[in-house]
Amino acid sequence: MSTTALPAAVYVPVPRRASGFRRWTEREDVFSWLMIIPPVVFLLLLVGYPLAYGVWLSLENRPVARAGTFVGLANFIADAHDPVFWQVVQNTFVYTFFATVLKMVGGLGLALVMNQDFKFKNTVRALMLLPFIVPTVLSTIAWMWILDPAFAPVNWFLRYLNIANPGPSWLGNAHLAMMSLIIVNVWRGLPFYGITLLAGLQTISPELYEAATIDGASTWDRFVYVTLPLLKPVIYIVTMFSVIFTFADFQLVYVLTRGGPANATHLFATYAFDLAMGAGQLGLGASVALAMLPPLALIIVAMSIYMKPNKS
Amino acid sequence: MMVERGGWRVKSVRLWLPLGAYMIFTLFPFYWMAVTSLKPNSELYNRKIMPLIVYHPTFKHYVDLLTETNFLVWTWNTFLVATISTAISLVFGVMLAYPLARMRFAGSALIAFGVAATYLVPQPLLFIPLADIISSLGLNDTLTSVILTYPTLLIPFCAWLLMGYFRSVPHELEDAARIDGATRLQTMFKVFLPLCTPGFISAGIFAFTLAQNEFLYALIFLTQTDVRTVPVGAIAELVKGDVFYWGQLMAAALLGSVPVAIIYSFFVEHYVAGLTAGAVKQ
Repeated sequence: MSTTALPAAVYVPVPRRASGFRRWTEREDVFSWLMIIPPVVFLLLLVGYPLAYGVWLSLENRPVARAGTFVGLANFIADAHDPVFWQVVQNTFVYTFFATVLKMVGGLGLALVMNQDFKFKNTVRALMLLPFIVPTVLSTIAWMWILDPAFAPVNWFLRYLNIANPGPSWLGNAHLAMMSLIIVNVWRGLPFYGITLLAGLQTISPELYEAATIDGASTWDRFVYVTLPLLKPVIYIVTMFSVIFTFADFQLVYVLTRGGPANATHLFATYAFDLAMGAGQLGLGASVALAMLPPLALIIVAMSIYMKPNKS
Repeated sequence: MMVERGGWRVKSVRLWLPLGAYMIFTLFPFYWMAVTSLKPNSELYNRKIMPLIVYHPTFKHYVDLLTETNFLVWTWNTFLVATISTAISLVFGVMLAYPLARMRFAGSALIAFGVAATYLVPQPLLFIPLADIISSLGLNDTLTSVILTYPTLLIPFCAWLLMGYFRSVPHELEDAARIDGATRLQTMFKVFLPLCTPGFISAGIFAFTLAQNEFLYALIFLTQTDVRTVPVGAIAELVKGDVFYWGQLMAAALLGSVPVAIIYSFFVEHYVAGLTAGAVKQ
């Protein structure tokens, strides 16, 4: 410190008279709250208020750029009578279920493969994460062109091997479109599962495997009785995250299919977007977006019951 | 580590085969971007020829992208927005994480719960009311609209990650500084925060990639070409009606991905640490 250069006389500690205000701000709880209030206010204004305003909007008949009128639950009743809404519910469940299961199984496999010693491990891991890093919209555009029925490699290959000619319209057929969306979602989400589960695997002590091997456990036994139980907390958290964000997905569908063909791939988010931004029905759109909460809460509760690791 | 048994044959089945297959699946879209962006239109739209190679590579799509569209403006906007919103999020993230991780005060459990809950609020729940709020504030088609809203996605994440990091720092240095008469603010800025640089890099790099990735708010708030970000610009302006400018789209996808990939490559370890924070307790 530069204080060593000063004459000693200057450095005599002068007991500064701590003012009442100063002592007040030095209190642990006061300091903490002074620190925390600005970000909390920011989040209340830009998350809390919009959330409440969204609930209010869902109770209004509110055309864009005009004043709304309170209509009570009419929007939700309209949703319940809207066949597209129920199609959206079904689509979202199918999309979330298959994408999550595939990512979970694939990610676990990937983590187990990666949990071996090999050359270039760090490089491979860095490359593996690319789908997760690169802006989703941009990589999804590439997928759209991969799945193009006429000029893309998938169908060229099918034609080349005489399996199909001219080849299926991957995004034009209801079932194929959903399948394509799930594949692209898995492509993007697998690295997150793989890397996180790998980090989980690396915290498992090798001694446990050695002990199990000495007790005569096979590779499969070690996986089922050592790896899986110890990995359960990580799997639980990763899946929880992934389910929430898959359930509320927007980008993939918006870029690849815009909900088509014939609403076969509309999810809550894209349908709410179409109603609010396309048709200008802010109230109806808000009600569809809010309707995503109960099923999502149900899934989370169910997952907590069946997957939550015992704390004891 | 597992006991290594068997020769190259076992290893190729257990390691190289699944890894190789997965890497092809992972990297193919990037290869396809690159190949497409270099093809002349005569090759792009010829369904007879093998599509995986370029016969007569050309930079025409790149030149067109850079001269005929606002791609460079979009790139600058994306960079600006991501940088500012990351900076805001780090500052607010520290202001939340420091007291939550290092202090005792009434209400801390509630705030910690609130931060976690905010992180899990799905974005589609907010975009309709936010669109209305932003337009009534007159912020439509300004970068301010996304600079204000992106931190709502990033702050909870930064706070959470930093809390984990802050908890791992021993208390002795702070205690010593306090005994020597430093105020709480001085202790925080001069003693504590400098110890946490790796935590800031992790949170910052993660927040930055998230901000570059954001699409929904940008799509709704930014409708003029000169304020758009790369993802929105590419989708909105390189697709005209039913006409897709595939060459330019792929060039844009590649050029838009490269800066993120380069920044990421310098900080892979920090990024992985950020990704796995929270899920894995070391």
